Parts: sequence; structure tokens; C-alpha cells
Amino acid sequence: MAVRVVRRVQISGWLFVVPALVLLGIFLIYPIIWSLWMSFQTGRGMNFSYGGFGNIERLIQDPVFLRALGNTMIFLVVQVPVMIVLALLFAVALNDPTLWGRSFFRTAIFLPCVTSLVAYAVLFKSMFGAEGVVNAALGIIGLGPIPWLTDPFWAKVLIILAITWRWTGYNMIFYLAALQNIDRSIYEAARIDGVPPWARFYYLTIPMLKPVILFTTVISTIGTLQLFDEPFNITLGGPAQSTLTLSYYIYDLTFRFMPSFGYSATVSWVIVVLVGILTFAQFVFARDRRSN
Amino acid sequence: MTAERTFRYIRRALVYIGLSIAAFIAIFPFYWMVIGSTNTSPAIANGKATPGLHLFQNIAAFFATVDVPQMFWNSAFIALFGTTLTLMVSSLAGYGFEVFQSRFRDRIFGLLLLTLSIPFAALMVPLFIMMSQLKLINNFSAVILPGIASVFIIFYFRQATKAFPSELRDAARIDGLKEWQIFFYVYLPVMRSTYAAAIIIVFMANWNNYLWPLIVLQGEEHKTVTLIVSSLSFAYVPDYGVIMISAVFATLPTVTIFFLLQRRFVEGLLGSVK
Repeated sequence: MAVRVVRRVQISGWLFVVPALVLLGIFLIYPIIWSLWMSFQTGRGMNFSYGGFGNIERLIQDPVFLRALGNTMIFLVVQVPVMIVLALLFAVALNDPTLWGRSFFRTAIFLPCVTSLVAYAVLFKSMFGAEGVVNAALGIIGLGPIPWLTDPFWAKVLIILAITWRWTGYNMIFYLAALQNIDRSIYEAARIDGVPPWARFYYLTIPMLKPVILFTTVISTIGTLQLFDEPFNITLGGPAQSTLTLSYYIYDLTFRFMPSFGYSATVSWVIVVLVGILTFAQFVFARDRRSN
Repeated sequence: MTAERTFRYIRRALVYIGLSIAAFIAIFPFYWMVIGSTNTSPAIANGKATPGLHLFQNIAAFFATVDVPQMFWNSAFIALFGTTLTLMVSSLAGYGFEVFQSRFRDRIFGLLLLTLSIPFAALMVPLFIMMSQLKLINNFSAVILPGIASVFIIFYFRQATKAFPSELRDAARIDGLKEWQIFFYVYLPVMRSTYAAAIIIVFMANWNNYLWPLIVLQGEEHKTVTLIVSSLSFAYVPDYGVIMISAVFATLPTVTIFFLLQRRFVEGLLGSVK
């Protein structure tokens, strides 16, 4: 009897997961292996031949790739910290139960997350035009007009503003949830001991939120390394390739230019390697801070 | 004492000012979208932020340039089928991985989690070649198929299943229910809110999906709402009034779902870290 139950459970265990495993095998594992193999192939269209490390050599000499890599890293290094700090500040402010209008502010700041990336990208493009509403508003306070879409520097700023608008509320929600799990009496005790607010934030809140901060930093890093929809729809990667990202370049290599599948697979593995290195670095950094 | 109190008031005021600015910035593009849909294209390009009288002209022009019912049907079809199939396959697997643990299956699960760090860009090229070989370009199954088994959703259901009381399962087994019956008659009804949250996540992801449909749906009659919004803005002379209307169409379903299920929505987003 016992043996039969165990066997029944064994078989069921596989039956539940097999549909998913078959699909994942076809649409995830197989493409991953294929793409890895492809990154060592050269040739145009469907004519492949083994190219060894030729694609990697081509990477280093490809100015467009280097520009896309540089742009992506600038977006990452500037945007992720700004967004994480903003999200933390909003979460701490909104965690105060005596704050009037809490749920209004929370909903408002979260609302951008429900828009589709394309819809908000198109809205931003129309708002930041040469004579658009943002420059009109800046004109009232005597600034601008800023060439958002036509100047390489300001185009980067625009992309960073746009992503920050879309994702700050999303990260804030994670911090708010984590803050609600913190025992308020710790803060009460610190306050009675005369610990000033900024020190409570730095020495109590930040360390307790560290796992969540790590989590959001990792997912934001992965998201930013894959940036495509915004530069594609707001700036078309321009001007002068100043907002071209790695994902955008892969798209161009595969679907715009004469398809160069092998080389574009190589570029995509650059993203995989970057995700791996940065995630590892963030975990190591988080561990170091804890042991201090 | 009074100095400290003044200090506290100032701090409070700064918090309100900061939050108000943030809320204004967060909401303004929505306002801009709604107001823009009532203005003419030149007025929008020149930054007119007050309501105009061109709403009906814009709607008419939108319906004249785009096959709106077709576009809506395309997106709805992909989102509804995609969500249903993803929920079925991925929740079964999440349940299976948690309830029927074995060393081998745990290893497979660990391997699957590793793939979460592999960006879609790395799969895009082989998937595209695969879909062209299967003659599925311009076929909705090319959009739906790769998403049905989602590692993220499997992981989400496995985490949620940890909260499913094993006594319920044991009782059902003693009562003679088969394993699939336990899943459908006991697990499903008990885990309603987990499913609700997952539905929101998957529906939004499908509805808002852009890059992959852009690649595999090339025919005009197959375009989804997001593809239409994007292609309208790429027009040689973009009509901003029409673009605003299309953005409203793209945003309305997800905003509606958000306000209807606000609490579950937030729970759903957080489900992955709990």
C-alpha cells in the first residue's frame, strides 16, 4: 500500500511539471544553447560557418558596439542609483502613519507603472518636443528651451528621466512593504534615546531594508541592461547614436541591417555576462557592508 | 523645545512639498494624454495644456487611419489566451515542484532559476529563426507560445504553494481524491487570490509586450495596440491628436484593472519577494 502511494506520488510529480518542462526546453533552454553556439558562427543570413573567437574580436573593433555599451552603462550608472534613492525617500515618507493623504500620494507615485512602455514613451516624445509643453513650462521660469530630442547629451537625460518616471513607484512599493514589516518600537526606542531622524534613516532603515534594496538593484540592473522600448520610441537611438543601447543594437543587427545572426548573438551574450558580473558584484558589496 | 517644534514643522512641510512635486510629475503625463486627445496636432506640438474641442475629430481620424476593432481584438486575443495558458501550465508546474519534491526535480528547478538572469535579447535571434522555420511569423501563436511556461510565474506559484496547508492535501488523499483532483478541487479554490495576482501580472505583461510582437507580427492586420501606438508616432507627419487617442486606448485596460484590483495588484507584485 505504502509503496503504491509513493509510486503514485512519484508519477504525479512528473505529470505536473512535464508540460512546463517541455515548453521551457523548446522555447528557453534550446534557444539559449543555440544562441551560445551561434555566437561562434559567422556569415550572413542563414549561411553559417564556424568563426571561432572572430565575433569577439569584431566586438572590440566595432565602434557602434562600443558606443551602445557605453550608453547602456551610463544609463545604468546614473539612472539606477537615482531611482533607488528616490524610491527609498518616498517610501520612508509614506510609511509615516500620521501623514495626511498617504494613499493618494502612494497611488499617484505608483500609477506610472501601469502604463505600457510604448504608450508612455510616445507621450514623453510629444511632451519633450522642441516647442513642447516641458520647454514651454521651462520658458515661464526663464530656462531653456532645451534641445531634448536633438542634442546627444539632453537625449540621454530625457531617456533617464523617462525610465525614472516609469519605475520609481514600482521600487517604492517593495520598500513600503518591507518597511511595514519593521517593528515600529525600534524607531520609538531610538527616538527616545535622542537619535536624530537622518541617523535613524541611515543606521536603522537602510540596514534593515538591505535585502530588498539588493533585490530591487539587481532587477533594475537587469532591466536597464535590456533597455529597448524607450530609446526605440522616444529618440530612435539618436541623435548620433547617443541613446543606442545594447538591445537596440541587437535588434538593428538582426532585423534592420543585413541579418548577422552570429554577431548579434555574441552581442546578446555580452548582456548575459554583464548581468552575471554586476549581480555577483552587488551580492558581494551587500555582504561586505553587513560584516562591518 | 519650541526650536525643535519649528524644526519638525519645517521638515513636515518639506516632505509635503517633495511628495506633491513627485505626485504632480507622476500624474502630469496622464493629464497630458487625456487633454492632448482633445487638441489638434499643432496645438499639442506647441505645448497647449488646456482642453480643446477636437476630441471627436481625433477619434474619427483614429478610426479612419487604424482598424481599431481588429487591433483591439489582436491584443485581447493574445492577452486572454496567453494569460489563460500561462496560468494553467505555470501554476501546475509551481505546485508540482513544491508538493512533489525530489532531488532531481529540485536540481532542474535550480537550473531554471539561473535562466532568470538571461535577458530576452539572448533568446530573440534563435526564437525568431525557430518561428520562421515553423512558418509562424504573423501568427499569434508565435507571440503566445514562448511565454506559456514562465520561470518567473512557476517560481511565484512555488513560493505561494508553501503557504498551502499540507493537512488539506493529506485529508483529500485519505478521502480518495486523485492528485489532479486535489489540484483542481482543493488547491485552485483555496489559492484564488494568488491566481488573481498572477492574472494581473501576466495580463499586463502580455498586453504591454512590444519587442517580441514587433519582430514576429509584421503584417498590418496582425498588429497589436502597442505596435499601432508606436507606428503612429513613426509616421512621416505624426498626428499627435490621434497618437494621444491611441495611447488612451493602450492604457485604459491596464489602468482599469489597476483601480479595480488595486490591493491584489500590489500583493501580486510583492508576491515574488515574500
